[in-house]
Amino acid sequence: MDNQSSNAVEAQSEPNVVSAPSTLQRWAQSDIWYSYKHSPIIIVSSITFTLLIFGAVFSALLSPYTPFDPSSLNLMNGFTKPLSTNEFTGDYFLLGTDDQGRDVFSTILFGLRISLFVGVVAVLFAMSLGVVLGLISGYIGGWIDGVIMRIADIQMTFPSIMVAMLLYGIGKGLIPPDLRDEMAIWVLIISIGLSEWVQFARTVRGATMVEREKEYIQAGRLIGLSRWTIMLRHILPNVTGPILVIATISLALAIIAEATLSFLGVGAPKTEPSLGTLINVGRQYILSGEWWILLFPSLTLLALALSVNLFGDWLRDVLNPKLR
Amino acid sequence: MDSQNHASISTLVKKTYQSGALASDFRLACKMFAFIIRRLGQALLVLMAVGFVSFAMFKFMGDPVENMLGQEATAADRAELEERLGLNDPIVVQYVRYFQRALTGDFGVSYRVGLPVGEVILERLPATLELAFLSGVIAISLGFILGVYTAIRRDGYFANFIMTASLIGVSLPTFLIGVFLIWLFAVKLGWLPSFGRGETRSLFGVDLAILTWNGFKSMILPAVTLGLYQMTLIMRLVRAEMLEVLRTDYIRFAKARGLSQRSVNFGHAMKNTLVPVITVTGLQFGSIVAFAIITESVFQWPGVGLLFINAVSFVDIPVMSAYLLLVAVIFVTVNLIVDMLYYAIDPRLSVRSN
Repeated sequence: MDNQSSNAVEAQSEPNVVSAPSTLQRWAQSDIWYSYKHSPIIIVSSITFTLLIFGAVFSALLSPYTPFDPSSLNLMNGFTKPLSTNEFTGDYFLLGTDDQGRDVFSTILFGLRISLFVGVVAVLFAMSLGVVLGLISGYIGGWIDGVIMRIADIQMTFPSIMVAMLLYGIGKGLIPPDLRDEMAIWVLIISIGLSEWVQFARTVRGATMVEREKEYIQAGRLIGLSRWTIMLRHILPNVTGPILVIATISLALAIIAEATLSFLGVGAPKTEPSLGTLINVGRQYILSGEWWILLFPSLTLLALALSVNLFGDWLRDVLNPKLR
Repeated sequence: MDSQNHASISTLVKKTYQSGALASDFRLACKMFAFIIRRLGQALLVLMAVGFVSFAMFKFMGDPVENMLGQEATAADRAELEERLGLNDPIVVQYVRYFQRALTGDFGVSYRVGLPVGEVILERLPATLELAFLSGVIAISLGFILGVYTAIRRDGYFANFIMTASLIGVSLPTFLIGVFLIWLFAVKLGWLPSFGRGETRSLFGVDLAILTWNGFKSMILPAVTLGLYQMTLIMRLVRAEMLEVLRTDYIRFAKARGLSQRSVNFGHAMKNTLVPVITVTGLQFGSIVAFAIITESVFQWPGVGLLFINAVSFVDIPVMSAYLLLVAVIFVTVNLIVDMLYYAIDPRLSVRSN
């Protein structure tokens, strides 16, 4: 926000420019748009990602069948090949069916929805936690800073996927057995979120320590603003760039972590399968030749992980080349 | 002129000693000692913290008294057992006791299999370690060769192909790679077994699959899956380092002297890429152990990773807490060794601090 308004003021003070450029014009002239236009891979991956989000959001409308409504399933439809009509029921299936006669295309759309939901919410959770702790750590400092950063250091010793597995196990242990399947998605979100906060906290802390010494913060302190006002209204807007970059990269990690946990059977339950669960189901048919049950969910996950990853890498290079 | 400094720490110490600079020699030794002590302190802190988490899991989740007493236990029975197990002692006393027991390998009894956790883990540890070892060997040797190759032929078609493939490889989830390898080599081609450990042969009382042909064949796919990510990482690192080194003055000078391309590349340049590679490779050993959880589960390899993932899905708390402690010990030890190695192989570190 501060950057934009200062740009507008500069533009107005120049004699040649009559009025400040509109948001759209500024966007069209920005470095980000230029770089975007000139990297075809990023255009492809961002379109892929948009399509996948679209498919996930409107999965209920787009899917031709209702795979998780037991009453609509017909076992006669089981193991129909892709791009073919079932010989007994006359139903058409784009990507084939699994053993229960579920349409693979529909299960992928619903699975995509769960994968993306878990990934996005987990990253939002990690982000809020990491940003708040990073602000406190960087602005207040002292022993609080020490404690937060030591915890971060210790957690960093372990790969985040292992931390997520462990937290999932602990979370499952804390929940009464009859609620475990119902709560599984939320346990998954919290464990992945808790395993990813460190990156946010460290980056925000570093940026906060730089901002803290600047004059506008001193001025804010001088006119008696409270700590929280300074942190949230003045420092936070100035450290959003790196946060955005880390959020995108974390999203790719969170999606992969979710898929891995679900694949291993310690994530999304069979009643609410994510892409990882679907791949795990499809793996059982790898020897018997029903390749489509495994292949299509895997390709979807691949497209998702790859597009988010490439987009995140690009965003990091454009917004903050120094972050690497 | 960094290459000039590439003497081992001992010759450096010797040199300063011979030149009569006893004071600086003493200071150097002090610095190294302080460094080691500081690192040891940090390692201990990590172990204590992880140990506390592991202890807290053991203590607050799952009720041992409930598990040991039957349905008809009275309150008096309960109180008596609590007293006997020391559950009424202050938490610090219990924590210390937990550590004392852990040191002797006593982690309680697994809820799932009903055997002492220490025994179960010890029985499965060799399987994980030999898998990690083989995948480490694959990752380092292939990663190094490909890294040097892509740096020397930086504009070649094959080198560019490898670089692009490695980028895709990094963003792939490990389990997908595993499933793909099973499909290709076990289902389509039928060359290698898709799961299990095959036959084992005993060496000094430890059963190892790597010693039999059948066992080695079952190990190839999991080891490649596990090592692939580390391989790409090492490859990219070696390539970047190599490119950096090839640009320096002393390489240009070596070329000007008319040395052969081979001697410049392998005699002069490659040597200086070793330092960062060794440290990063060492640190990667930890993540090999972690990713072994996934690989072992894909290939049903009977190691500690598979044990852990089964423990998570059955909420087998003693196994989970013991595994956490085991991994912490492995990580901390490896990090400590790597840190010291770093100090020992890169004399610039100690020279700079003088």
